[in-house]
Amino acid sequence: MLALVVLAVPFGAGVASAVAPWRRWVGWLCTASIGAVLVCGVGLAVRVVHGPPVTAFGGVLRVDALSAFMVIVIGAIGVLATWQSVRYLDAELVAGRCSQRHASLYSMLVQGFVTAMLLAVVAGNVGVMWVAVEATTIITTFLVGHRRTRGSLEASWKYIAICSVGIAMAFLGTVLVYLAALHVGHHEHANLDWTSLMAVSHHLDPGVMRLAIALLVLGYGTKVGLAPMHSWLPDAHSQAPAPISALMSGVLLTVAFYALLRFKAIADGALGVALPRALLVAVGLLSLVVAASLLLSQRDYKRMLAYHSVEHMGLIALGAAAGTRLAIAAVLLHILGHGLAKGVLFLTSGEILLAEGTTEIAQVKALLARRPALGGVFAFGLVALLGLPPFSLFVSELNMVRAETQVGLGWAAAISLVCMAVIFGAVMSHGRHMLFGAGPDGEQVHKTPAIVTAPLIGALIGCAILGVLAWPLAGLLRAAAQVVAT
Amino acid sequence: MNGPAYASTLELMSGVILVCAVVTLWRRSLSAVVKALAIQGFALGAVALILGIRQHDAVLIVVACLVMASKGVVIPTLLGRVVASDPSSREATPIVNVPASLVGAAALTFLAYGATQPVVALIPTTAGRLVPLGFATLLIGFFSMVVRRKAISQIVGLLLVDNGIALVAFLATAGVPLLVELGASLDVLLAVVVLRVLAAQMWSKFGVLDLDQLRELRD
Repeated sequence: MLALVVLAVPFGAGVASAVAPWRRWVGWLCTASIGAVLVCGVGLAVRVVHGPPVTAFGGVLRVDALSAFMVIVIGAIGVLATWQSVRYLDAELVAGRCSQRHASLYSMLVQGFVTAMLLAVVAGNVGVMWVAVEATTIITTFLVGHRRTRGSLEASWKYIAICSVGIAMAFLGTVLVYLAALHVGHHEHANLDWTSLMAVSHHLDPGVMRLAIALLVLGYGTKVGLAPMHSWLPDAHSQAPAPISALMSGVLLTVAFYALLRFKAIADGALGVALPRALLVAVGLLSLVVAASLLLSQRDYKRMLAYHSVEHMGLIALGAAAGTRLAIAAVLLHILGHGLAKGVLFLTSGEILLAEGTTEIAQVKALLARRPALGGVFAFGLVALLGLPPFSLFVSELNMVRAETQVGLGWAAAISLVCMAVIFGAVMSHGRHMLFGAGPDGEQVHKTPAIVTAPLIGALIGCAILGVLAWPLAGLLRAAAQVVAT
Repeated sequence: MNGPAYASTLELMSGVILVCAVVTLWRRSLSAVVKALAIQGFALGAVALILGIRQHDAVLIVVACLVMASKGVVIPTLLGRVVASDPSSREATPIVNVPASLVGAAALTFLAYGATQPVVALIPTTAGRLVPLGFATLLIGFFSMVVRRKAISQIVGLLLVDNGIALVAFLATAGVPLLVELGASLDVLLAVVVLRVLAAQMWSKFGVLDLDQLRELRD
């Protein structure tokens, strides 16, 4: 029942925003609906952390600890993004860059986008999960192109063309897994439910599964933004409106990664850990190297944040490659921490763009002196994202490296640390340029309204509390890691 | 449907799908390419229909009709309108020329036979032997997305990828469960509609449908 509410509430708000003309209260209604999702996610987590999974519609929807955790991640970042959406639409309407109708369309699509992501994580059937992930691509294409400039048109085209091919590969992988399941023996029982696939995973044909897992890593890897299929990511994330970038970078990438985690568990059973691990290490390291080399010469702060996502997805892939309980718990904590920090940074960058009118790093100077609140949030966001204590990304990165060393992937962890050091240097130097220095004489200090900064500061505090105490999620992380760990 | 007739019609229809994929590489006129795509859609529906009749599977027969309607009629019509609105509807300068593309298609077909060994080994039926044709269609679609620069050619490439996967799914598993099949078809249809809308926006903004015009976002 609760699993259904999670989907119905944001969907209902989407319908409401489609029929009602856009007003501020419609925007707040959408935010409230995502808040309700967050509350339901917590409710689900409390139920499944010690109990059996919650199911609905004969297993089409199935929520275990891992799903509940992802619902919480989507809810938390969704609240941030829809909160700022109200302000984004206000500003666009005032500036005359978008009409009432476009504002309604935007709200409706955001709600549809969040609903599709939620469906992907609560689906018990891997086929339905695929359909939901593909639906996110279609919905977000219009959101990427919402500003209707030449650049955003180019970004949308690249995004949907590359991601559709990627996700088609993932579908082929899913079909092959189904084929392997059909040939296990009891034909009539074969279906695409994750639990039944897991039950027969040790008997799946290894030859077919090898092909399937390669296609799945490549296919879902495209949506995760893992190299070599990452080229759409910096364009789409830098061209989309800030709240959309926050949702895409903060959650959508990791929802696709969640799909990969589910399939990895099946492949581990069928093939042993060696092949899935090798594939994930390869794409993970490649992503880290690509991100490090392209971040050095970045001139645009939104693209800088986008490449930073490629780095973090690479780290998560390496953590998942290790695959132990410690590793998976760290990966999940990293998913939440990265989502919060990246969400905050993209939303802040949206405010900076609104205030300064440019996305060039070189054109933005002395933010801390000129816009203390905004600059402060941006600075702390960068500190969080770079994995410094007390934020949770420090803890999760440390534990991923520990887990990798334990399973003999110490060399990969070492390479990842080198890449992280390079990225640290590059981002610090870009960030220093944007934040420090004295503003021009006679310029007033600009205030940022508290309604903008409050949720962002709240998210950063949450990220810090998670980092110091792991409270209140420690039990849920342990239970969720148990679901897919080797 | 008796044994030999079943086997030979299934082989014929699967063959038609691969031939249509090659035709899209061979013909430079985009309207001819869209026609080949329509024929491919019908052949794909026919494969599902033959399998459905053979296995007395009513669901698969319904799916076959849906495939023919969407991939044989709706999608080609959508694309045909865009082609008709663009007077210079030819693939002017493909990155790889036509003879080299055809050699590439042959190489990809060999690759498909190699890569699908484990799948063919698992299904010892007529349908199983034809699975490599689906993979070959998929790889040719991938190839044409990489080497073709017209917006329409890229949509065609994506559809080839999708048809190839659908062929594999029909032959190897007699179709995925109905719910997934419907969701997947709807997603593909919507993706094509979205791409078409983007192509229309491109046309109204730049007056061309050439992806080489899109060069703003660089590092």
